[in-house]
Amino acid sequence: MSIFGFFTRTRTAPVARERLQLLLAHERALSGKSDLAAILQEEILAVIAKHIAIDREKVKVKLDRDGTISTLEIDIEMPEAVALKN
Amino acid sequence: MSKVLVVTSGKGGVGKTTSSAALGAALAQAGKNVVVVDFDVGLRNLDLIMGAERRVVFDLVNVVQGDAKLAQALIRDKRVETLSLLPASQTRDKDALTPEGVERVIDELREKFDWIVCDSPAGIERGATLAMRHADMAVVVTNPEVSSVRDSDRIIGLLDSKTARAEAGETIEKHLLLTRYDATRAARGEMLKVEDVLEILAIPLLGIIPDSEDVLKASNVGCPVTLHNPLSGPARAYAEAARRLLGETIAVTMPVEKKSLMSRWFGRSVA
Ligand SMILES: Nc1ncnc2c1ncn2[C@@H]1O[C@H](COP(=O)(O)OP(=O)(O)OP(=O)(O)O)[C@@H](O)[C@H]1O
Ligand SMILES: [Mg+2]
Repeated sequence: MSIFGFFTRTRTAPVARERLQLLLAHERALSGKSDLAAILQEEILAVIAKHIAIDREKVKVKLDRDGTISTLEIDIEMPEAVALKN
Repeated sequence: MSKVLVVTSGKGGVGKTTSSAALGAALAQAGKNVVVVDFDVGLRNLDLIMGAERRVVFDLVNVVQGDAKLAQALIRDKRVETLSLLPASQTRDKDALTPEGVERVIDELREKFDWIVCDSPAGIERGATLAMRHADMAVVVTNPEVSSVRDSDRIIGLLDSKTARAEAGETIEKHLLLTRYDATRAARGEMLKVEDVLEILAIPLLGIIPDSEDVLKASNVGCPVTLHNPLSGPARAYAEAARRLLGETIAVTMPVEKKSLMSRWFGRSVA
């Protein structure tokens, strides 16, 4: 334990504060967009783009509610030869 | 004009029911006609905290569904004349409440009472959104702890978007009630400070309720803490918060540290 260990170990509240500020900035930005489908579209796109080179226009996300069931439809058109990034 | 106040939090177990009972009783003691409404359908507890559990005959669901008249379900408090309780149902689930039914009951309550205090269930589902639906103002109950603060932020977002007032383009007054606060631990840097929570949530402070055994004692005997031990720390803090709700501008009393580390060691060595 470092000489400052005694002080830093117990003062955990500043860490909590910093983590909250970061997290809430992110979460507020998301909830600010009222369109859930748009958020999902962006996030799904980001995940897929990490692994496959895709055309932004070829990804469609549809959120539907019909009576008692809600459906999430994701339609992704893959490139001819799936080009894996590396 | 009557005010509908929702006591909400997102996170469970932070002190909504305790606060609904304490604030309701304090407002009633100030001479207002108050009803506290338990929206926690299926898990009612406000009756127990108010000491009225053996007097429940009809409940909110019965009234919403038209099986009982409002007057039949209201329970008049035995200690404070102007305080009433509308209990939740214990046997039904939260889907038993309909938006139209709730609106009708709230409208009817507005005719009879100055203050309608709605004790919200935890979560962000139907029960919680129905409890806040017709609110004019909200008390956001938060503990100085990361998950509670995060959930409060979510609830503030819902208050600003899902309430009838928000949908009509009006604002809804929001107040932060910081509960279970331990000044000693906050001073030691072990617990978020009042300023931290205020800065993060950015809504005005209604009060700081110290973490205290007096709350448990009051709940043991079924009496709002403001009536059970008016001189205790939490009772004073709740009474102060109620005055602020009534429009008084008074400075928030900061809970004081219980004992310094030195005096604790000293106290122990003598004992
Ligand atoms: N200021 C306080 N000091 C000490 N204990 C407290 C304080 N406030 C609340 N408690 C305790 O915390 C527990 C939860 O309180 P309460 O039932 O009021 O929370 P709640 O938010 O209504 O919970 P739920 O989400 O389940 O409805 C109870 O045991 C209560 O006695
Ligand atoms: Mg409760």
